[in-house]
Amino acid sequence: MYLSSVAVILCLFMKLGCLQLGGDERRVDSRTIYVGHRPCPATEAFIPPKFCDNRIVSSKYTVWNFLPKNLFEQFRRIANFYFLIIFLVQVIVDTPTSPVTSGLPLFFVITVTAIKQGYEDWLRHKADNEVNKYLVTVLENGQKIRTESEKIKVGDVVEVKEDETFPCDLILLQSSRDDDTCFVTTASLDGESNHKTHYTVPDTEKDLESLNATIECEQPQPDLYNNMLILKSLGPENLLLKGATLKNTQKICGVAVYTGMETKMALNYQGKSQKRSAVEKSINAFLLVYLCILVSKALVCTTLKYVWQSEPGQDEPWYNQKTQREKDTNLYLKMFTDFLSFMVLFNFIIPVSMYVTVEMQKFLGSFFITWDKDFFDPEIQEGALVNTSDLNEELGQVEYVFTDKTGTLTQNNMEFIECCIDGFQYKYRDAGSELDGFCVTDGPVKCIAPASEKEELFLRALCLCHTVQVKESPGPGQGQADGGFIASSPDEVALVKGAMRYGFTFLGLESKNMKILNRNNDVEMYELLHVLNFDPVRRRMSVIVRSKSGDTLLFCKGADSSIFPRVRPEEVDRIRMHVERNATEGYRTLCVAYKQLSAEEYAQADAGLREARLALQDREEKLMAVYNQVETGMSLIGATAVEDRLQEEAAETMEALQGAGMKVWVLTGDKMETAKSTCYACRLFQRNTELLELTVRTLEDGGRKREERLHELLLDYHKKAVQDAPPVKAGVTRSWSTANQDYGFIIDGATLSMVLNSSHDSNSSRYKSLFLQICQNCTAVLCCRMAPLQKAQIVKMVKNSKGGPITLSIGDGANDVSMILEAHVGIGIKGKEGRQAVRNSDYAIPKLKHLKKLLLAHGHLYYVRIAHLVQYFFYKNLCFILPQFLYQFFCGYSQQPLYDAAYLTMYNICFTSMPILAYSLLEQHICIEVLLDNATLYREIAKNAMLRWRPFFYWTVLGVFHGLLFFFGVRYLFSNPALQDNGQVFGNWSYGTIVFTVLVFTVTLKLALDTRHWTWINHFVIWGSLAFYVFFSFFWGGIIWPFLRQQRLYFVFANMLSSVSAWLVIILLILLSLLPDILLVVFRKPRGPNARQVGLTHSYPQTLRHSHGWTRHQTLSTALFSSLSLSLSLSLSLSLSLSLSLPLSLSLSLSLSLSLSPVSSSIPP
Amino acid sequence: MKEQQETANRPDNTAFTQQRLPAWQPMLSAGIVIPGFVIIGLAFIGIGIALFVTSQNIQVLERDYTGVENNSPCFKCSDPSTKNCVCKLDFSLDKLFEGPVFFYYGLSNYFQNYRKYGVSRDDRQLSGRLDNFQSPDEGCVPYQYDANNKPIVPCGSVANSLFNDTFKLYQIVNGARKLVPFDGKGIAWWTDHNVKYRNPSITPLKNAFNGTVKPTFWSKPAYELDPSDPANNGFVNQDFLVWMRRAALPDFRKLYRRITEGDYKNGLPAGNYSLEIAYNYPVLDFDGRKKVVFSNVSWMGGKNQFLGIAYLVIGSLCVVMSIVMLIVYAKFKFPDEE
Repeated sequence: MYLSSVAVILCLFMKLGCLQLGGDERRVDSRTIYVGHRPCPATEAFIPPKFCDNRIVSSKYTVWNFLPKNLFEQFRRIANFYFLIIFLVQVIVDTPTSPVTSGLPLFFVITVTAIKQGYEDWLRHKADNEVNKYLVTVLENGQKIRTESEKIKVGDVVEVKEDETFPCDLILLQSSRDDDTCFVTTASLDGESNHKTHYTVPDTEKDLESLNATIECEQPQPDLYNNMLILKSLGPENLLLKGATLKNTQKICGVAVYTGMETKMALNYQGKSQKRSAVEKSINAFLLVYLCILVSKALVCTTLKYVWQSEPGQDEPWYNQKTQREKDTNLYLKMFTDFLSFMVLFNFIIPVSMYVTVEMQKFLGSFFITWDKDFFDPEIQEGALVNTSDLNEELGQVEYVFTDKTGTLTQNNMEFIECCIDGFQYKYRDAGSELDGFCVTDGPVKCIAPASEKEELFLRALCLCHTVQVKESPGPGQGQADGGFIASSPDEVALVKGAMRYGFTFLGLESKNMKILNRNNDVEMYELLHVLNFDPVRRRMSVIVRSKSGDTLLFCKGADSSIFPRVRPEEVDRIRMHVERNATEGYRTLCVAYKQLSAEEYAQADAGLREARLALQDREEKLMAVYNQVETGMSLIGATAVEDRLQEEAAETMEALQGAGMKVWVLTGDKMETAKSTCYACRLFQRNTELLELTVRTLEDGGRKREERLHELLLDYHKKAVQDAPPVKAGVTRSWSTANQDYGFIIDGATLSMVLNSSHDSNSSRYKSLFLQICQNCTAVLCCRMAPLQKAQIVKMVKNSKGGPITLSIGDGANDVSMILEAHVGIGIKGKEGRQAVRNSDYAIPKLKHLKKLLLAHGHLYYVRIAHLVQYFFYKNLCFILPQFLYQFFCGYSQQPLYDAAYLTMYNICFTSMPILAYSLLEQHICIEVLLDNATLYREIAKNAMLRWRPFFYWTVLGVFHGLLFFFGVRYLFSNPALQDNGQVFGNWSYGTIVFTVLVFTVTLKLALDTRHWTWINHFVIWGSLAFYVFFSFFWGGIIWPFLRQQRLYFVFANMLSSVSAWLVIILLILLSLLPDILLVVFRKPRGPNARQVGLTHSYPQTLRHSHGWTRHQTLSTALFSSLSLSLSLSLSLSLSLSLSLPLSLSLSLSLSLSLSPVSSSIPP
Repeated sequence: MKEQQETANRPDNTAFTQQRLPAWQPMLSAGIVIPGFVIIGLAFIGIGIALFVTSQNIQVLERDYTGVENNSPCFKCSDPSTKNCVCKLDFSLDKLFEGPVFFYYGLSNYFQNYRKYGVSRDDRQLSGRLDNFQSPDEGCVPYQYDANNKPIVPCGSVANSLFNDTFKLYQIVNGARKLVPFDGKGIAWWTDHNVKYRNPSITPLKNAFNGTVKPTFWSKPAYELDPSDPANNGFVNQDFLVWMRRAALPDFRKLYRRITEGDYKNGLPAGNYSLEIAYNYPVLDFDGRKKVVFSNVSWMGGKNQFLGIAYLVIGSLCVVMSIVMLIVYAKFKFPDEE
């Protein structure tokens, strides 16, 4: 009788909810679930609602839609679309090159991508199937039925056994444990391996067969952690998430509420938004330039063609008559098709293969991060993790580092250091003489009873006021010294362990009873009545317990700022001093307070809490209100100090980052004093750093209105840090120089929100810019008391500031996720606060110290590699296509290709692709040790140095120079085409083949010249591709290919090689093309005091030399621009007019470059 | 067990994965570069001198015979209305023109590298496939079929525009004309003559051409190009092959004959010569020029000043640069030079 009445109550609850809502329209964002598909008698007609089935579909494609869907998605990319258009033009219009030349590479790219995506999707299908076909037990009409997971419907009652995963989101109805709880680990969801307790729906009947109930709950929402769903009278503690695993519990029964794609797990499945790197933006800009070059080339050729044809006799000589169709075609249409033909002829200037190579470089390159054994942490048995390979090069461009404090700068490995009870400081001494380990170091030693009572109360509070679980070990040694406790926050464990050392041991929670072993080895029992959970806004947590003697006690612990206003002021004064001192020493302090609740008080609180928990709307707010109401009028017992030790090498890492020119901002939720001391410990602030403080405290100093004071302070600091500061010399390491005053800036959350959301709009933007300017001129910035969202706000503000600096966020906890997602590069630390940061990051590393290598070595190298890759690709295609463009002037603008179709197609795919790929994977222009030891080297590539317009211009000029040289060199050779010793002549394909041979060799050797790090792979690939070119040319020209309409290249290559003149011109042109580069390499040598100083202090003079060669390259390239352009025009005039006065003028330009370079060494790179 | 796990998770400690592959780091120091430049420079100067001298020693005799000027011997022939015009070009040699002498014809402003012209051919037909005799390739338009819709063999613009001026060289010996024998073999690429171009294996060759017509510009069909020598007839006729290999630039020359036989084995002796030209090929309507070139060749081919001078210039450039570098190095004394 009792049981069924309970069921009705539950049912009525539901109805009540409905009735309450009856006034307004029925909420569409809630769903009603009939447990076991039995209609609730109290509700009106039973309409079985429609919900999705329990199939998880993470795959994108099916067999049927794969082709169209995948193709559609691929052609949405601009580049692929462009090549498709070119291909279609080739198919439709009569163009010089066959559609194969562009169709084949495109087909290759599309196929490879499709295969890759298809394979990934197949894996997803497989994984889905594994989940969907998993056998589960469903209770149906009292019978247990084994069925496949995908057949579970909403409302089904599912039985889950120990160590099984939940097949869908379940409301826990019944547990095999006595206390109506079950334990769950969410390791596969968020990596947190601790056991979480979930509760059955309170007061449900135990006989599930006869349970008639409906559950009304929210429509599915993806939020995994926040208040997951508002159930009538149910909370997140009743919900078991799909993907979590049942632990320590034999079996449970639950009703399915969300199935399939509506489970929390599936809703969280969507990937995060794509981050695009700065390099990609550069590529797009360059692409635009090349597109302009392409279009203008085509326009020039089309125009000139019609100008040329207007001369008599040129349009249609007798030997080259037009077809009837051509004669009939409209002139403008002809012009248009001619334009298209030229576009097609020159389209190779924008290479398809670049995208493939860049993708491959990023994908393969990211393995070096995962493989790096320096990132391996033996403690957690894991190395680094790469979630996105798209951002590798961004690691070399970081200007701002936003770091979390707890768990990132510090270890989050808490150790109880001392406590302060009633104004007396107690320090734990390991080898203490006193038995209890207590040592009063401050104030008179009082061992009188009241103090001892307070002590015990304090220790009991520590033992009771927490949410720690005792790990259930099979043996009797419960709660052993280490690793015996599991908690969501390490502070709590530290406190419980601290109490244990003083004789109070927490034994565990048994059916809502907390057991404590006190000093006298007696077990004390306390009934746990309520837990007032911790939240970052309140910054405290409380428990309400009832002791054996019947007293109802509330214990509360929390940050000083949140406790002090709630206790009697006279108690505060005694403890505040200790708290503040501990905070300046870098300890985390917590205050402990208690209150005895009278029966009415408790009844009132109990009712309030229950009501708030059941509230349908604004539950958070209501709960908060009750919490605040209950946690008042407490009396302060004492305070604790817990040390959070710095991460290994935290200071060195921070110093290196600052040395590399990065600005480090610490964003923490911690209080200012603690954070400040951590900053000092990490050497972010140094002794001579002048701190500019903008906190609530400084704002209230003047006793005037906060707004005014803020205004005043901002202007003052701005004057100090921005206006009075000498102009920044980028070349000088600011943090090392003593002449400049270093500034550190401190702001807290409240002030920040004032700055950002000032009441006056005009002020707001002004404050913001003032604030930003101050911050940018400070070496380190500390933002304390930050809410997670504020962290992201700051990152966003800096990210969007002038110049768009590259930002990096590093953090380990859930509160860092927002800033990790916001920053250009997000780094997660595989710390102790779960795996949320890691899951949302782009890269994850085990420790903070790994950041140094990740940025200074990997980031630097990746950037240099990809920058070179991009520039080189544009360059090699420019000098590939330029001769073909020039040839138009000599073939009546007839779109005659200079190279054979095979060469056009293979150039980017086979002949020149592998060396640059190998380079972009293996190059170390400076070896890793030197990069790590000289953080300043990082500055040399800052601000996208290698992909700005100047280097781009250099490469373009080089490409033009080479293109001109190739074409005109061979052109003058062909003034007499009788090049063989038997007097026979060479034709147009020989011409093209000679140009192409010079091209392939020059372009490959140019890369060889740039390669500073020759591994056997580089050797193999560079010499291998040259050999392959020669081999292929012989092969291609050695056979009459039956599928070809014209055997253009038949024996052309072999005949070319039989001509001495061809050999000589090839050697000459290759050497001449590389001459400027060889000179560049020679004059890259280090000079000047800077190089010398580092050279002396360093033990790698060899490698350093070319490290500084790099600087030189930057500066010298400017100097050599003039000489290069000079020598370009010179070599042109050389090949054109063969003037013999050349050596003189060239030596002149050479000395020019020499006299320029020492000057440029003082100019910052 | 624990160790096993450790090895499972720990990244491989290989040189490759740790980016520690042994590597050669080339250093272009002054000690290498300056001697290198000197050596390269000297080598280039040496090659340049050899090329220059060789090129200087090549004798070339070039005569334009388009007949644009009134006083040109071929002026009367330049009028397109005159048919079967023959003109004589007289010249004299005051010393021996060393043999073997190569005789080229040259055309200017003639765009054999025009794209549409270039694709207007059927290589399958030219390799003797009879299918393509009856239905030539699409690309051959407008010379695919004639007005009567008969297939043209060989089809296409390139074949149609075969150069058809013919030349005879006479030495005037004591007022009498003595024919200088021309050697028409070995003027085309060996592979073209023996592999790429094939006549259909039908004898007589004429039968293969049944149902086809000759190119409109041609005066005689392909199988009558050289009836005397089957190895030089049809598609493997060497003049035809030379023409079919398209020139790279609009001003080009093509090999016509070699003078290697008889009295002229060692070259053309000093004396007076008369070149009899059967002037057929029209070039004036597109402002073209025709010329004949006598030349002997060396190991580097025909006369070409460019290569020699370029080598000399680059070579001396290298030497000068090495000197400049030496001065700079001596002056600046790079501090960390070992």
